Amino acid sequence: MKINIPTPLRAYTGGEQTVSVLGATVGDTLEALTGAYPELRQHLYTAEGKLRSFVNLYLNDDDIRYLPQKEATPVAENDELTIIPSIAGGY
Amino acid sequence: MLHLSYSDYATLRAHGEETYPHECCGVLLGAAAPDGNYVRAIVRAGNTRTDSAHNRYHIAPEELIRIQRRARKLGLDIVGFYHSHPDCPAQWSLTDFNEAHWIGCSYVITRVDQGNAAITNSFLLTGTDEEDKKFLDEPVEIAVNEQQIEQEKGQA
Repeated sequence: MKINIPTPLRAYTGGEQTVSVLGATVGDTLEALTGAYPELRQHLYTAEGKLRSFVNLYLNDDDIRYLPQKEATPVAENDELTIIPSIAGGY
Repeated sequence: MLHLSYSDYATLRAHGEETYPHECCGVLLGAAAPDGNYVRAIVRAGNTRTDSAHNRYHIAPEELIRIQRRARKLGLDIVGFYHSHPDCPAQWSLTDFNEAHWIGCSYVITRVDQGNAAITNSFLLTGTDEEDKKFLDEPVEIAVNEQQIEQEKGQA
């Protein structure tokens, strides 16, 4: 399946906007992604292995945090996973 | 350096005037180059922080994904973001810094005084990760379309 890489993380995917990986679940595909691009891991996960709070993961149009099976959600080959850091602020 | 057209510059400032006294926010689309981020289009976004819109902004990730999809169809990329500071300096705040995660992107801030856009500044988020990231003052180059200026003069 295809994983969309946001601008700031492309330095760790050789400049690739999208990366194709194999996996049966969201978690599998993320493992495959960080296996292929090990430098990505520290930008996606804390030292304790938890997804960083500002990193949003969407399976097609769904936030995986709100999917019943979360990272164990099965994926199909034509699904799309998007990594999108949050954007917020204010004075 | 951030490169944008006068039209986009005026549009993002007008957005801040329109949403005053609330913060506006939007996305800068274009391309990154060795000499800076080139903006080819700007897209308004909704501020989901309706609980504190006068001093906070947040773009829903779903909206950001939609914007990114449209951008890719146009061959563009997300190169930055803009928002306004109603009656507050056009400088990044601690909240802006803590919530900034798009390293390599430009963060444009417009001070809006009593509904009128005042200073607009840009800050480039640099570094390699959350631990060493920092904002740098970023010069802004505004491309003026001479033909458009002449047209506006003619209409005046």
